[in-house]
Parts: sequence; structure tokens; C-alpha cells
Amino acid sequence: MPDLPPAVQLLRVSRHYSMGESSVRAVDDVSLTVPPGAFLALLGSSGSGKSTLLNLIAGLDRPTSGTIQAHGQNLFSLSSLELARYRRNTVGMIFQSFNLLPRMTLEENIELPLRLAEVDRPERAVRVRDALSRVRLLHRIGHRPTELSGGEQQRVAIARALVNRPKILLADEPTGNLDSATGEAILTLLRELQEAMGMTIIMVTHERPLAERFADHLATMGDGKLLSVASAEKSVPQ
Amino acid sequence: MKARDLTDLALRNLHEAILRNALTTLGVAVGVASLVAMLSLGVGLQQMASKRLSQSGLFDTIFVTPKNNFRGMGRPQREVVSDKPPRPLDEEARKELEKLPNVIEVYPQIRFFTEVRYNNKPFGTVVAGMPDSSRNSGAFDGMQGTFFSSTSANEAILQIEFAKDLADKPASLLGQNLTLRYAERQAIPTAGIDAVGDAAAGGFSVIPKELQLKIIGIVETEPAAGYGGYGNARLLMPLQTASTLRAAQVNDLRDILRGNSDNKPSYSSLSVRAKSPSQVEKLEASIKGMGFNAFSLLDASKSLQTFFRVFDSLLGIFGSLALAVATLGIVNTLVMAILERRREIGVLKALGAADTDVQKLFFVEAGVMGFLGGILGVALGWLLGRVITFGTNVYLHRQNLNPIDLSSVPGWLMVGGLIFAVIVSLAAGLYPASRAAKLNPIDALRYE
Repeated sequence: MPDLPPAVQLLRVSRHYSMGESSVRAVDDVSLTVPPGAFLALLGSSGSGKSTLLNLIAGLDRPTSGTIQAHGQNLFSLSSLELARYRRNTVGMIFQSFNLLPRMTLEENIELPLRLAEVDRPERAVRVRDALSRVRLLHRIGHRPTELSGGEQQRVAIARALVNRPKILLADEPTGNLDSATGEAILTLLRELQEAMGMTIIMVTHERPLAERFADHLATMGDGKLLSVASAEKSVPQ
Repeated sequence: MKARDLTDLALRNLHEAILRNALTTLGVAVGVASLVAMLSLGVGLQQMASKRLSQSGLFDTIFVTPKNNFRGMGRPQREVVSDKPPRPLDEEARKELEKLPNVIEVYPQIRFFTEVRYNNKPFGTVVAGMPDSSRNSGAFDGMQGTFFSSTSANEAILQIEFAKDLADKPASLLGQNLTLRYAERQAIPTAGIDAVGDAAAGGFSVIPKELQLKIIGIVETEPAAGYGGYGNARLLMPLQTASTLRAAQVNDLRDILRGNSDNKPSYSSLSVRAKSPSQVEKLEASIKGMGFNAFSLLDASKSLQTFFRVFDSLLGIFGSLALAVATLGIVNTLVMAILERRREIGVLKALGAADTDVQKLFFVEAGVMGFLGGILGVALGWLLGRVITFGTNVYLHRQNLNPIDLSSVPGWLMVGGLIFAVIVSLAAGLYPASRAAKLNPIDALRYE
């Protein structure tokens, strides 16, 4: 990996859950460095801990042990309010099920992060239109998510994730609910946006072929452990 | 999040489940309406009582009498007695009293027992002179006939019980004349004024006189209820007419004993009317400082205020019960909203909403329901009060009684009802808001 200050750095990160008497090690002693501007795919079977790791990087959850640094911020030491600010300003998230609010128009959905960041109304309108243009859905600005196809909804979710100009885009199975052609189109769009905006992308997926085509780096997880990290051309064991 | 955006989102959320939220808001409105209606009745009754009492002059009037420095009289002396003669309550004193600040009028209590002849039959009664200001006292509201045409008219208003003594059908007395027989006090010129011109040795003679009075009204209330043994007056006449009669009164004998029986009239008592009951206490002290006895019914007024405060509190407690039930409705609605919007809360948190943002959002929703419910409730409460007043007046009309204004919604009750509704709703939103804020975003995002 290049010799630049990392966008995300995980050091011996663990996340354990108590389930009755037993303890589940969802993430177990993971160390990983993601350089800025990289496109990292987190691969693994269901229950391997990749989504849990993504949630930890997103600041939606806190590790049981270890440290997570994201653009110089130690997430472990941030208060709940500071973590909310981190989610608002540093990261953008897209999900498998899009998670758009059905009663709001596309414009209002994309505007939500800007409202949370207390951006002024005129500025909000400009940024919403810009984000929708980037995902080529400006003509559907007044529509509701239910009037859109799955691929279009995911494009709206991408626009919402990018409207606050985050440094890191976290995608949790973004193609999981889409057919292969649409999924490919979404990843092509993500790649285009990354080149245009220069953010780091960490994507959880179980579709290795797609990951190999679009990601720069592949990290494979199994049973909560990081099994390997490799460039997209060649995977090597950790 | 900015307040405007919070309110915008809250209104949008409320609009989404419009039926449920409208019903909850209606619940708040019914609660506030019950509270406002109850209190409006309490306030209305209090205003009605206060107005009557205030108009009657009982609570803004101070009764002034000369200081009694007679020792003994079978009563224990309450204050140190001076050897100086007490200051007479004469015209000079009356003028001095009139000049005191916040005094509207000072008039004598003219009240004497006498004989009335009607249809050549004698009837004994107490006669009282009424000042012109008593026209607006409320005691003459609903009287048969009219009030005195002038301050010096030879007219009489009869109390209904006395009128019944005179005629089987009191209404038939209106326009009739009666004869007032009274004892006029005439000063006897002093036969032997001494060297220093002392008139103290004089006295007065009592001359029987008659006066024709036209009966112009019959009143059911007792506008001249007696104080301190003067007895209830049943025949009322203009004060000025009564004072020109120079009828012998109970204090005349005392004046002779005190050597005050010359032509200078002295009054057995004077009524001093203050601008408002709040000035009575200060005025009473000033009058006592002038060397007279003074007393008012202010203490009774204070007791009445205490009674109405307790009465209003009780009405308020009963009225609040419905609002308490409505509060549970708000809690229920918001808890349901949390369950329904669990995933949305997760999305908001993933997009960067802090716990406090989520908390505020639910808080504002509760507040909006309280505010709208409060406005509707105040309007409904006012309407309910009007309906109760209308119903009461229909009943009173059937009983041949005068209508009353039973309910009153003053400004403070409107604003207070609204503020109370918002506060109660916010309190009801505390638990749901806190529960929503504590939702784990990962669990919330997984929720289907």
C-alpha cells in the first residue's frame, strides 16, 4: 500500500457480544490499514464479521478493544456527540436495502444529512441538485423512492451519502438487492465518483468477481478474523 | 439540527400518521377543554360574586362613626379613653373626608324608624336615604318600576316584604302615594347664652311632620341592609330628600348629652366610598388617624377570595383529570411511532443525527400535539362554558329569574391553558423521546 497517512487504520480491533453465558467474537483482533483514495472490498461469507467491522469504522458501534483511527480521529475516544459529528462529516454510508425514507421525495431524502449538518437552505438546494446530477437522476428530483427502480434507489442513496462530501464512503452490500447488470452499473458509478471526488471507499460484499473488477484491495474475513489483504490482482494470506 | 428543520420534520412525521395523531391531539383538546371549562365556571362565579359585592359598595366602603368615649355602657373598653370630647362627625368632618385621596364620595347614613300611612292604615318601618351611586349597585337590577328620577325627588322604592304588608299585589302599588310621618328635629334657641356664647345648654324639639312620597319601584333585594342594630330599611328614598327632612335619629339624644344639639348637624355615621377595595385598608387607617372609628368588610372579602381560590383549585384538579388521560394518549402515540419509525431513526443516526437530535424530534412532535390540542381545547372550553351558561339561563328563565353570565374565559386562562397543554405534552414526550434517542442504530437499521 502507498506510503501516505492512512484514511482508516485499525489496530487489534475486537468486538465481542455476550449471548447469555457465551461470548460471540464478531470481530477478533483485526488490524488493517486503508490508504486514502483506496477502494477496499471486505469479502467473506455471512457471519464472518465484515458488516460488524464496517459499522465499527462508521462509528455506529464501538469496539470491545483496539483502536480505530479515521483521518486522524481515534474513534474509541470520541463521545457519542462527536461520533455523530464524525458520521455526519467524515463518512457517508450506503446500504443493501437503500434505506431511503419512502414518504420523502428524492430531494428531501438527499437533503437530510445537510439538515443534520445545519447547512443553510440555499446552499442545501445547490448541493442536492449537484449530488443528483452526479448520479444522473436530477430529472427525478420530485419523485418518491417507491416510484424508482432498485438501481435508481441505490443511486439516490449514493447521492445522499456523498452530499456532505465525505472523505470515506462505506458501502454495506450495495449490490446485494440488485441484479448483476444493475449492480455492475452501481459499482461503475461508485468508481467514477471516487475518481471525481477522491474519497476512500470501503465496501462489504460477498461477490468476489465484482470486487476483483472494481476494488483496488481485497480484505477477506472469516470467523471475525482478517484472513488476508491483497491487491485486486493477487491475494496473499496474512 | 436547526429549530426550523426540527419543526418541519416533526410536522411531516405528524402528518404521516394523521388520523392517529389527530385523535391524540383531540384527546389533548378534550382534556384542555375540560380544564378551561371548569376554571371558566369558577372564574365566572367569582367574577359574578365580586361584581355584585363590589357594586353593593360593601367592600369599597368604610363606615365612619364618631369615637365613643362613654365609659361603661355594659361593654368592655377596647382602647384607652381620652378625657377630651370625641370629634363630632359633622359637615366639616365630611368635607375633610371627601378630600382624602382615592375617595369617590362621602355620604351620611340617614336611617330612622318611622310610620308610614297607606290607605289610612299605619305601618312601622325603617326608612333609609340612598345615594345616587347606589343606582349602579346591582341591588336594583331586576326591580319592578324605576330608580329615583332625581336626587331630591319625593319618591320611594319599597322592599318587597314591606310592599306585601301594604298591598296583596305589590305591583299595584307602583304610581301610588303613601304618607311618611316622621319627627323633624328643630333646634331650640338657647335662652341664656353665657358670656362666652356657649350654646351647649341648648336642645331640640321634635315636631311631627308628613311627606307624600310616590311609590316608583319595588325591589326584591335588601339594598339597605342594616349595620350595627340600625335594622334593615324597607322604604328607600333619595338621600338628599331624606337629609332635608332633618328627621330625628338615634344619635340626636347622644348629641344633646354631649352638648352638640345646636343647628350644626352631626351624623351618626358616614359612608366613605373608595375608588377600589384595594385602597380601603390605607384609607381606613387615615380615617382612624383623624379621630374617628372606621370599619370595613374587607376581611370578609379576603375570606371570599380564599374560598374562590380553593374552589378554583378543586375545579382545576377535576378538569386536569381528562388532561392526564390525554397525556397517556400522547405517550402511547409516540411509543407506537418509535416502533413504526425504528428503521428511520437508525437511518437518521447513520446519517449523523446525534441522540439529542432524535430526542428533540420526538419532543417537538409532542409539543406540536400539545400546542394544537391546547388551541383547540381553549376554544372548546370556551364553547362548553357558553353552552353551560346558555343551559343555565334557559333554566333560570323558566324559573322567572334573571340571566347570569356563569362562565368567563379571561386572557390569562386562555394563555395558561395553552401553556399548560404544551408543558403536559412535553412531559408526556419525555419517556418516548428518551427511548427513541437510546435506540441502537445497528439494531434499528436491521429492523423490518
